[in-house]
Amino acid sequence: MRDASPKPLVQVTDLKMHFPIYSGIFRRHSGDVKAVDGVSFDIQAGETLGLVGESGCGKSTVGRALLRLYEITAGKVVIDGEDVASLPPEALRKKRPTMQMVFQDPQASLNPRMTLARIISEPLDEHTDWNDARKLERVYELMDAVGLNRRFANRFPHEFSGGQRQRIGIARALALNPKFIVCDEPIAALDVSIQAQVVNLLEDLQERFGLTYLFISHDLSMVRHIADRVAVMYLGKIAELSPRDALYSLPLHPYAEALLSAVNEPDPVRAATRKRIILKGDVPSPANPPLGCNFSTRCPRVFDRCRVEDPALRQVEPGRFVACHLYDQQTAAGPTGAPEVNERNQQGELQ
Amino acid sequence: MLTFTLRRLLLAIPTLLAISLVIFLLVDLAPGSPMSEIPLTVPPDVRQRMIEALGADQPVIVRYVLWLRQFFWVEPATLFDGWFGTTWAEGEQRILSWQSRSPVFTIIGQRLPQTLTVIGTAYLVGILIALPIGIYSAYRQYSLFDQGGTLFAMIGFSVPTFFSGTLFIIIFAVWLGWFPTKYDTQLVVNDWDSFIKQIQQMALPVMTLGLANAAAISRYMRSSMLDNMGMDYVRTARAKGLSERTVVLKHVLRNSLIPVVTVIALGIPAIFGGAIITENLFGVNGIGAALIGAIHANDIPMVQTLAFIFAVLIVLFNLIADVLYGLLDPRIRYD
Repeated sequence: MRDASPKPLVQVTDLKMHFPIYSGIFRRHSGDVKAVDGVSFDIQAGETLGLVGESGCGKSTVGRALLRLYEITAGKVVIDGEDVASLPPEALRKKRPTMQMVFQDPQASLNPRMTLARIISEPLDEHTDWNDARKLERVYELMDAVGLNRRFANRFPHEFSGGQRQRIGIARALALNPKFIVCDEPIAALDVSIQAQVVNLLEDLQERFGLTYLFISHDLSMVRHIADRVAVMYLGKIAELSPRDALYSLPLHPYAEALLSAVNEPDPVRAATRKRIILKGDVPSPANPPLGCNFSTRCPRVFDRCRVEDPALRQVEPGRFVACHLYDQQTAAGPTGAPEVNERNQQGELQ
Repeated sequence: MLTFTLRRLLLAIPTLLAISLVIFLLVDLAPGSPMSEIPLTVPPDVRQRMIEALGADQPVIVRYVLWLRQFFWVEPATLFDGWFGTTWAEGEQRILSWQSRSPVFTIIGQRLPQTLTVIGTAYLVGILIALPIGIYSAYRQYSLFDQGGTLFAMIGFSVPTFFSGTLFIIIFAVWLGWFPTKYDTQLVVNDWDSFIKQIQQMALPVMTLGLANAAAISRYMRSSMLDNMGMDYVRTARAKGLSERTVVLKHVLRNSLIPVVTVIALGIPAIFGGAIITENLFGVNGIGAALIGAIHANDIPMVQTLAFIFAVLIVLFNLIADVLYGLLDPRIRYD
């Protein structure tokens, strides 16, 4: 019965990305910045997984590591049946058309010396043997798809506004018909008025082309709008991975709770009664994370076990995964976490 | 771009006039005069006639205006006459060297080819060495190659040419005997053997100057590459699945070359200016040697004219560098 369910498009297993630190006169390897330290999740085809967390928690690193824009330290990233993390360079290049990325800064991520048409058609030069006319036709098609006027084809990136540039970035990512797109804070550098346009465009394109997104953002309300499931990261690890509605109505992990309590409430009456959880202290350095749970230094509900033992990401309710000892006790007490149920939900039901 | 260039050219006129006045006065007011070389046994009236013959008895402002007219009208007209057989400059007084009594521009015409072949080649060789070093150093930052490149640049920067040149003479001319110690200005290149000979005698000065040039340019290239290597669009290019070669040579290199090209363009006037020390060391009879000779002999018109030509070239190549920047970087528009 379980075999009938489709395999997830993206399967990340125990992804680790450590950046070495060299210090001293002889530049000896003295430690690692554990930007991503053992992250696992699946993304179903056609799904949008939101990845949220505060600055420096490793969400962008996860996005880049997934597409192997970094050489990862350990772990497996299976995208569409192939482990991207271990592909040899040439095979990886051939694999790139299936996975693409939309970057945060639309100005910096476009080569300033290339016209729009060349930026969009460059992947076609590399991965197809089409003639110029056909490539141009494809460029126009993509420009139509993202809502850019065809007349702009010969302009340079600096001649566009931020929202238009992000559309160029999206058109470029779409050029080779990818299945999976990592959106690395695609709206963070845009005006609020443009953000909605770009997010809606991404949603439209998902519907039309059946795309799968990893949507990285620190904008919790945007993630609520676009994501099907949401992963909350803290200091290189996933604190909670839950379906969107469940997470936003009742966050389980204390960090997720604190993070979501920071979302602005437009209704002033409700805003007045809103309970904000303000975390004390700073995020520990990822080069020297605390013993035990990463969040133990700031957690309002910390107890002894948190300081010695690192909690694993466990399923506590169907479809909801939390890395917290609080819920470990509950599952140990109650009979909810039957293994069969766990297994099926791990495939991530579409919400 | 055309408007910008024309505007800059117009602006260059007052700039150059101001520079010419400063140069003229500086050289003229400096202590020392060619007359001090005249032996004291020469009678005063003869001495006076000699000074008058040189025109050195005129007030400085008269000589300045006269020199301006000669520089901007008589000399170009003479050149024009030489090419087309017209008689625009007939009977006009050209700028004469007090040292040799021959026109300054004739001397420059004789000296310039030596300078351009030797120093121009050194500049070219320097660029050709520097660019690959800079590119690869940045691509493999902190690698052994990069450390070696840094060491090379450090040596090129800090070792003066009179030392490195002498060292090269000792190693390659005295010990190994591969190249001659002196540059033979009389050598006429008309067959294979003389060509080989020319290459051999150019080798040492070109090496000396090339090392110094390559040091500076390789550092510019490296830092410019490093700047661009970390840019987001390079990551975009990698994400597109382009080959590493395309990413580095097309995306990173082309953007990194923009500032380097302008630095190279700004260095070109120095080729015409010659290299005083290196030319003297190897006996290359070029512009640098002419300038130092003229300074020794208090040959005021020669020094003034050469200094002013350098000023013109510097202004011109600054403009060329700006225009190049505008051509290479689409983000820069001057109009």
